[in-house]
Amino acid sequence: MNALNETDNTRSRILKDKIVLGIVIFFSLLTISPIVLIIGKLIAKGYKQLSFGFIVENTPSTFEAMTAISNHETIPGGIANGLVGTLLMVAMAAAIAIPVGIIAGIYLYETPGKFLPNLIRNVSDILQGVPSIVLGLISYMWVVKHVTNGFSALAGSVSLAIMMLPMIVRSTEETFKMIPQSLKEAALALGVPYYKVILKVMIPTGFSGLLTGILLAIGRVMGETAPLMLTALGSSVINLNIAKPTSAVPLLIWEFYNDPNMVDLIWSSSLLLMIIVLSLNVISKQIAAGRK
Amino acid sequence: MNPNIVTIKDPILTIEDLSIAYDKKVAVKNVTVGIKKNSVTAIMGPSGCGKSTLLRALNRMHELYENITTTGSVRLNDEDIFKMSTIRLRRKMGMVFQRPNPFPTMSIYENVIAGYKLNGNSIKKKEKDEIVERSLRDVALWDEVKDSLNKKGTFLSGGQQQRLCIARALAFGPEVILLDEPTSALDPIATSKIEDLLIKLKEHYTIVLVTHNMSQAARISDYSMFMYLGELVEYGKTKNMFTNPQDKRTEEYLTGKFG
Repeated sequence: MNALNETDNTRSRILKDKIVLGIVIFFSLLTISPIVLIIGKLIAKGYKQLSFGFIVENTPSTFEAMTAISNHETIPGGIANGLVGTLLMVAMAAAIAIPVGIIAGIYLYETPGKFLPNLIRNVSDILQGVPSIVLGLISYMWVVKHVTNGFSALAGSVSLAIMMLPMIVRSTEETFKMIPQSLKEAALALGVPYYKVILKVMIPTGFSGLLTGILLAIGRVMGETAPLMLTALGSSVINLNIAKPTSAVPLLIWEFYNDPNMVDLIWSSSLLLMIIVLSLNVISKQIAAGRK
Repeated sequence: MNPNIVTIKDPILTIEDLSIAYDKKVAVKNVTVGIKKNSVTAIMGPSGCGKSTLLRALNRMHELYENITTTGSVRLNDEDIFKMSTIRLRRKMGMVFQRPNPFPTMSIYENVIAGYKLNGNSIKKKEKDEIVERSLRDVALWDEVKDSLNKKGTFLSGGQQQRLCIARALAFGPEVILLDEPTSALDPIATSKIEDLLIKLKEHYTIVLVTHNMSQAARISDYSMFMYLGELVEYGKTKNMFTNPQDKRTEEYLTGKFG
């Protein structure tokens, strides 16, 4: 009698388990559905416009776009000015944020539990939460008004660099924390001076971790629009002068959205931006997986 | 003076009244002892007795951590180690750690030569090759790795990695080698290889070994220290200590009553 009851009980528990598992899987799929829908939509609406010319040509004027639409042709031109601007500004932002962030991260790792490092860590965490448009405002006040006397790529880079900084500081500290202390001691036990231990043992050992953090930070700021509106402003041609207004892919998407003749271009531009950012994410994930 | 601590004639290392504290907690209390040249000296004791702390004081590893204070004196060949530069001291006193820790970004070859490489000492390729071969032969690893010197050090087995770490410590030609439980992460076969190696190495080097494994101390050491709660309880020839311990605490530890 008892044995029979147990079997019934087991059966109902297996059923409950299956129901709960089903619910869990459903909600898990729900969380990834936005990205799938977004990519699907972008591909469906944007692929037609995507061509080699789209990458190497500048944005068309409203008039050119309007003519093409009325003749039922694809809109001419591309977003080369935005791509070059994005690369220029992200590269400059990285050049500012990487050395500063890594040095600060090493400092936090080397002096745990002290007042100043704790303060820096907390402030850096707060910085991560500052709305990006506020960072744009700051860069406007510092760079646009006083350094370049006008909207510029440099101003855009500074606002992006401030965004990248806390991410790099944190990832550097976390990477170094994962390196066994014994490795550092082993190098010191060989009579190696401290700074060489950091430069020649710690940084090479944690290299892939540092790189992952940097790539994620780059991917994060690459799609930033708000701070660039207040700093880089935009440009309809390729600009390589860092003291002059410059375009960026997300800025172009915003401009296309506001122009009824160009609105069709937002899909292909978004698709291209998405491909770049996703590639960076996949690469950094690969690097992170490779080091385990 | 503790009568159960033997005096060593012409010691290579002279430790006098050495005390070490973590913040306010004293981990090593007033240890005075001499280490004999070209011998294996084992430091034994239960967990937390201060044996590793004592060992790490000898190449001033504690100076990495601000909360550790060291008082007393240690002399290496009558030279005060606290007055030497840490760089020179650490080249004279190589150290091997509990877990094998070859540098993961370096090849086997580069690991052996790491002391030179990391210091930026430029030496000729031929000289480097000689040092690598001699050091790897010293640890009986040469025949196993001579065809894969360019592979990563982490590619080796645990026991091989530990021998590689010993080779790395030997490359600079130190006088003393400090080993902190070097076999506790290894299997019995790898352990016995390392033990044989240490017995062989004492011809040219002085070896100080921390171990929680009594039978290991009995097998390979010439002299043994027994530490308990930060105090050096007994020190003497290993044979004497194991057959006729003087202190009651030593006897209880050796017979397995605690530890």
